[in-house]
Amino acid sequence: MIVGEQKPLEEIMALLGDARKVLVAGCGTCVTVCFAGGEKEVGILASALRMKSKLEGHPMEVDEVTVQRQCEWEYIDPLKPRLKDYDAVLSLACGIGVQAMNERFPDVLTLPGLNTTFLGLPMEQGVWEERCQACGDCILGLTFGICPIARCSKQLLNGPCGGSQNGVCEVDPDIPCAWQLIWERAIAFGQVERLLEIQPPKNWSKSRDGGPRKIVREDLRLTHTE
Amino acid sequence: MAEERTNGYKSGSNLEKILRAGHFAVTAELGPPQSADPEVIRHKARLLRGVVDAVNITDNQTAIVRMSSIASAVLAMQEGIEPIVQMTCRDRNRLAIQADLLGASALGVRNLLCLTGDHQSFGNHPTAKNVHDLDSIQLIRMVKEMRDEGRFQCGDEIKGVVPRFLIGAAINPFADPFEFRPYRLAKKVAAGVDFIQTQIVLDMDRFREFMKRVVDMGLHEKVYILAGIGPLKSAGAARYMRDKVPGMLVADEYVERMQAAVKGIPKEDKKARREAWRQEGIRIAIEQIQEIKEIEGVAGVHIMAIEWEEAVKPIVEGAGLLPRPEV
Repeated sequence: MIVGEQKPLEEIMALLGDARKVLVAGCGTCVTVCFAGGEKEVGILASALRMKSKLEGHPMEVDEVTVQRQCEWEYIDPLKPRLKDYDAVLSLACGIGVQAMNERFPDVLTLPGLNTTFLGLPMEQGVWEERCQACGDCILGLTFGICPIARCSKQLLNGPCGGSQNGVCEVDPDIPCAWQLIWERAIAFGQVERLLEIQPPKNWSKSRDGGPRKIVREDLRLTHTE
Repeated sequence: MAEERTNGYKSGSNLEKILRAGHFAVTAELGPPQSADPEVIRHKARLLRGVVDAVNITDNQTAIVRMSSIASAVLAMQEGIEPIVQMTCRDRNRLAIQADLLGASALGVRNLLCLTGDHQSFGNHPTAKNVHDLDSIQLIRMVKEMRDEGRFQCGDEIKGVVPRFLIGAAINPFADPFEFRPYRLAKKVAAGVDFIQTQIVLDMDRFREFMKRVVDMGLHEKVYILAGIGPLKSAGAARYMRDKVPGMLVADEYVERMQAAVKGIPKEDKKARREAWRQEGIRIAIEQIQEIKEIEGVAGVHIMAIEWEEAVKPIVEGAGLLPRPEV
């Protein structure tokens, strides 16, 4: 899932600037699950904005709404009639939701209240870890199910660098060394020799390096353009 | 054709000739300045001239911005030093690396060390974007294919003069997973590396164990291995390397020797303590080289006296490795 983290209140206030009437818009999917931008967080942030703006002598009128998925037209379209009342929308969705709002409702500026952080996994209550970089060319089949693109600080494809010690990465002892994990899996499966093949340079054109990506599935499209 | 031009040598560098002739090779390291001052390079180069066979010129070492390794190498060459240009995968993609390698070769550089690079979070630009388009093994293969097959990484032919380097790489026998380390060396050999410089050896038992595996795998017959020597500057530095530097192992014996070196010297006499430490550091380095010379499969030593180039000459001299052979 997409994992996000709320921006500091000061930064949000600065982004909102002179806006006096604000709609805080949450999203009921990924950011709800990671406790960053669901209905509950919308309520808390809206109260904080009301209090802070009042204390600062420029009270803000703040309304709240949470849609099931801010990244799909059908869920955000019902917001349209309300939006003309607001100076700004503060979205607590991920960056996709923020952009969907701006694209669908170009007359009102939707601002981000979250930092979209990574594609990851809740490890336990309150702990999330990155697992995927959406590089567009999955190599998990070569690395025993552990991704060195997302989990090795240097994105190495041919084994650990010289900074791996006691199972952790040189960058931070809180980061497990991805190649230590891959090595242990290779041993467990009795397939160490698979790690001895030299992996050639990665085709990064399938990642963001090839420019913004798009998938078109003609078999699924309802309207076809010739 | 290529063979004729270089008399059978891959690059024709002094380092290659020393290694091929079977001499025990000695290399050192020169860190470029964090400024545009050529005098720093010239001064350090003069300290190393005639003392070692070739000198590594570091590439934004520890992710701190310094004068470029290729520019520094040219300045060092003007002072009679044969450079080993270090090239990391951290700061450049495959286009930039290949462009720089064409330039380095055109300027007369004949030795290259292919590295992954320290992570930028350790340096003075921790908010920088890193590259890692290639890893060090892919870099080795790319340089070999440029040299031996006359092809760019994309497969296009290099029309005209090909870059000609003796290809080096680093290996850390002290990092984890330990069992994987000889295999990683084997991968570098398969990728086409000609010589290896190891991480600083401060745990002789572990190094012997590593070399035994290397010899058992026959890798020492396919690549020249230079053991890393890092003279200790103080007891504090030894402790720091033992306890805080990821990927380093320091035997307690060395820490204790450094601590004992200043016994009886009052704490206030900083100068005398510094001198005593440095003398002991040089003494340990000399003893290590003498031990390492006896280990099967070791072709030389790489002395990393970081910001202490003055130490190199007494170490090489003390180890009985002067004068350097003419080849």
